[in-house]
Amino acid sequence: MKLKYFAWVRERIGKAEETVEPPADVRTVDDLIGWLTKRGETYAYAFEKPKVIRAAIDQTHVRPDAIIAGAREIAFFPPMTGG
Amino acid sequence: MSATATIRIQQADFDIAHEIAALTEGRTDIGAVVSFLGICRGSENGEPIAALTLEHYPGMAEAEIKRHVDEAMSRWPLTGLTIVHRVGRIAPGENIVLVLTASSHREAAFQAAEFLMDYLKTNAPFWKREEGAKGSNWIEARDHDDAAAARWTKS
Repeated sequence: MKLKYFAWVRERIGKAEETVEPPADVRTVDDLIGWLTKRGETYAYAFEKPKVIRAAIDQTHVRPDAIIAGAREIAFFPPMTGG
Repeated sequence: MSATATIRIQQADFDIAHEIAALTEGRTDIGAVVSFLGICRGSENGEPIAALTLEHYPGMAEAEIKRHVDEAMSRWPLTGLTIVHRVGRIAPGENIVLVLTASSHREAAFQAAEFLMDYLKTNAPFWKREEGAKGSNWIEARDHDDAAAARWTKS
């Protein structure tokens, strides 16, 4: 699946997108954040306050307990500040 | 005539008079147009800023605005709607966002414009970064924006 990062999540991780193949026991958005956090310091920094992080699956807002199976694109970003 | 909606995300500036004319031209079913124009302030939390840079999630930003436009159309008897949101670097005094709502009568247009702005602030994937004297910082989301959006939720 493709992961996309925006705003300071993108800056902290150091990339705008990447393709990953998480193991089968990574079932939810929350699990994915936990799995990514273990990939290195940049991820740990980006996800240091997981409750602040918002996620979207295939361009639709989802909650942390959303199942990621079948997702093509998952995005992580801070609370939105448009308008 | 059925309602028409225009949604654009662009770097370029826009002209509010032109957008209102485009929305109302040739129409006799519109009795009210409400406009909201968001403009870049020259200060943030009392500190002067040189510019804002707006980032967005292409694809999702358009889809999320469309979803709220559809909801506004279903909740109020609107006859037309325009949303233009700029991205990229925007200097103080420049336009950021435009919401136009048209209806036969003013009440629907006022309410729909406010609803759309409250939802754009909290649910549309855009992020502002400020350039100030002490460097560049991402602007934090405000609790009162969440509260403003929440009041439209049907209980």
